[in-house]
Amino acid sequence: MMLYVVIIYLWAALLLYLLLGGADFGAGIIELFTTEDNKARTRRISYQAIGPVWEANHMWLIIAIVILFVGFPGIYATMSVHLHIPLVIMLLGIIARGTAFAFRNYDAVTDNFQKVYNKIFVYSSFITPLFLGIIAGSAVSGRIDPHANTFLSAYVFSWLNWFSVSIGLFTASLCGFIAAIFLIGEAKHDEIERKRYVRKAVQMNVAAVISGGLVFVSAISDGIPLVQWVFGNAVGITAVSAATISLIILWYLIYNGRSKSLRLLAGFQITMILLTTTYKHYPNIVILKNGGYLSLLENKGTDKTIEALALALLIGSVFILPALVYLIYSFQKKGNKQAV
Amino acid sequence: MDDFIAARSQMALSLGFHIIFSCIGMVMPFFMAIAHFYWLKTKDPVYKNITKAWSKGVAIFFATGAVSGTVLSFELGLLWPSFMKHAGPIFGMPFSLEGTAFFIEAIALGFFLYGWERFNPWFHWVTGVVVGISGIVSGILVVAANSWMNSPSGFDFVNGQYLNIDPMKAMFNAAWFQQALHMSIAAFAATGFAVAGVHAMMIIRKKNVKFHYMAFRIAIVFGAVTAILQPFSGDISAKNVAKRQPAKLAAMEAHFKTEKFSPLIIGGIPDTLTKQVNYAIKIPGMLSFMTYEDFNAEVKGLDQIPKENQPPVAITHYAFQVMVGLGVLMMGIAVLYFIALLKMKKWFSKVWFLKLFAWATPIGFIAVEAGWTVTEVGRQPWIIQGVMRTADAVTPMPGINYSFYLFTAVYLSLSVMVVFMLYRQIKMVPKLYNKDVY
Ligand code: HDD
Ligand code: HEM
Ligand code: HEM
Repeated sequence: MMLYVVIIYLWAALLLYLLLGGADFGAGIIELFTTEDNKARTRRISYQAIGPVWEANHMWLIIAIVILFVGFPGIYATMSVHLHIPLVIMLLGIIARGTAFAFRNYDAVTDNFQKVYNKIFVYSSFITPLFLGIIAGSAVSGRIDPHANTFLSAYVFSWLNWFSVSIGLFTASLCGFIAAIFLIGEAKHDEIERKRYVRKAVQMNVAAVISGGLVFVSAISDGIPLVQWVFGNAVGITAVSAATISLIILWYLIYNGRSKSLRLLAGFQITMILLTTTYKHYPNIVILKNGGYLSLLENKGTDKTIEALALALLIGSVFILPALVYLIYSFQKKGNKQAV
Repeated sequence: MDDFIAARSQMALSLGFHIIFSCIGMVMPFFMAIAHFYWLKTKDPVYKNITKAWSKGVAIFFATGAVSGTVLSFELGLLWPSFMKHAGPIFGMPFSLEGTAFFIEAIALGFFLYGWERFNPWFHWVTGVVVGISGIVSGILVVAANSWMNSPSGFDFVNGQYLNIDPMKAMFNAAWFQQALHMSIAAFAATGFAVAGVHAMMIIRKKNVKFHYMAFRIAIVFGAVTAILQPFSGDISAKNVAKRQPAKLAAMEAHFKTEKFSPLIIGGIPDTLTKQVNYAIKIPGMLSFMTYEDFNAEVKGLDQIPKENQPPVAITHYAFQVMVGLGVLMMGIAVLYFIALLKMKKWFSKVWFLKLFAWATPIGFIAVEAGWTVTEVGRQPWIIQGVMRTADAVTPMPGINYSFYLFTAVYLSLSVMVVFMLYRQIKMVPKLYNKDVY
């Protein structure tokens, strides 16, 4: 019973990181693909929107990782060993991004250094979700080989393959898409601004469709049963249809100048996408080369540990959720005109 | 470089880096809360400026602390997968509670940094205090996890199996209280001295004297009170170490021979071949007295510990000497401060007095690093005292030395950036805040 509480929290932490952290990465990705003179404006808007919640958005990753190493240590250990390299690259991305964000917003002097922070910020905003996706893709790609005996097969080909890279690109495009939708809402009183973000949303949506297609193509050529995971069961089909319908509604609303409910719809889509991709191979979150897998139900800590972990999570949420909701609410409602 | 050494060095580097930011993240919110409180009470704008100036610095430190902490939670697995595989479910309790503490801290920080003129001033003030309290709680929890490595409990180790796991017992192990107390006091002492030192430097240069003087006064009170408490807490820690890790105590003291009426060895160069400590000051019977409150008690020496279970003596001994030496020095400076406060008000405008604090800026942090070296190196060759060897825990992946070079470069450049940022912050104080005061 408590095990399911823990698993739900793990899934929810991943989803929230993808949504909230994702919007945050996406803002950087949009800045990366914006013309020079619009960069400053995007920077300002995204800073106003993100500043207050920015530390909190990244806590979901910590929660997920703690759940993994306390509750499912075998899975954490296997991933840490075989995905060492992409994990390190992702960490470098997190370091670069986090510090560049702080430096560019709190540096007391404005000069050419700002350009350096901005460069670091936008590139790491792209690299971090790219590798996050690569790591997630590699976990289920069936390339992790515990018995590999060469460096390349044990530590490199476990993640460097078309399927994982396509998932990485798909993740990055989704982040860009969420951010664009989010920014459309922020810019609702400024028609020109709004149009710019609508254009960005179109581009990111196209990128997501292309990279999503790439995921399927590479899955087929790599012999990964993705089609069957997604379409081979009622939940998958329902979720995919729901996501498609909500996408159509979303675009209808955008072109009719509406800003309400956009975020909810985009969030709903991401939820559906995560649901389809995780539902069918649940509870196996790591699939190995020899056909074996690491299941959440089998590779767990002892009952006492799981119980304690579940309690800690439940009690924690009593404090965290209301405070977080109030934080988001107060800065959304009152706007964020001035910072420190 | 050997992979094992590289992994240890990378862990030491990452933790040594993180601890500086986390100490500041724990303590600065309290300094700000005091300045903020005076601002709300007296409406003296200098206090508001101090609060705002500090909060910008803290935002930078926070971001760096948060990313380096995120790196650590992955590094535990990247470098020590077999350790985490077995230890995760046992010592994970404090980590899972810590998640909540971090989260509250991050939320409260959002309110505090962006909440000026937006919320009820006292609500805003409280959010700042919440940042500090949850910071302290996270510090205590993570140190509880570390103390479990020194004093493993909450499980039975039978034939290489970890049975009857009890995460609560593991969290409240025999070392957690002493370590958490000593660490929390250390964070206040180190940060207090560092902040006071920087402001003292600015007073000497006659820059915005009123601003820096008021800031100095707030920081040094915390630093001085805790610097006086710290040696007492250290004494409690040492007695605790003697009970749970006699090998560590012996290495700290370079105490080679088991004997009654053991001398306290101060300084000196330990020679592991001749089992002598050259050029040291020896106070007869003092070690027996300090550890067991009895001059005649027998203190276990390194000769009672099999060679393969002995920690490196020289590093542990030197690090311990550095920590204790600096601790006594800080206590002395703190006493001078109280004399000045109560009897010698004029000292505060004397350059020698301010210079003393300016020179003392880094010593608290040096003591912190030295103290952790004692704790961690003194535990070797064990990653879990008496249960798992560090060498058995390391990742099988080759080439960790490259990862170590990479992280060294990253942390070095980050340190340079943070110092540069602070320098610009301080340099801008007159420009940013002059208008309303002075
Ligand atoms: C401002 C920093 C600072 C200062 C002035 C001192 N210490 Fe310390 N000490 C630490 C900062 C620290 C630390 C870095 O925070 C450690 C590392 C682990 C811990 O819990 O605290 C530590 C560990 C530590 C340990 C090992 C604990 C263990 O392994 O569990 C002992 C025995 C002492 N200290 C003793 C002392 C004594 C006798 C001091 C007398 C002046 C002293 N410390 C001053
Ligand atoms: C922040 C203060 C800390 C510092 C400066 C520090 C320093 C060090 C050093 C110097 C080593 C290398 C020891 C050696 O190999 O000889 C080390 C190892 C290690 N530390 Fe710490 N440590 C700190 C806190 C912690 C905490 C809180 C934890 C865990 C919760 C921890 C876990 C480890 C682990 C797993 C290793 C590797 C295995 C080992 O060498 O025993 N450390 N640390
Ligand atoms: C004695 C050693 C340590 C102390 C006293 C300490 C304390 C703290 C404190 C007070 C913070 C919040 C303040 C800030 O962000 O600046 C923090 C952040 C963090 N620490 Fe540590 N820590 C220690 C070691 C570790 C270790 C070993 C880990 C991981 C296993 C870790 C993981 C983290 C994480 C993930 C964060 C970021 C949380 C956030 O985003 O706010 N810390 N640490």
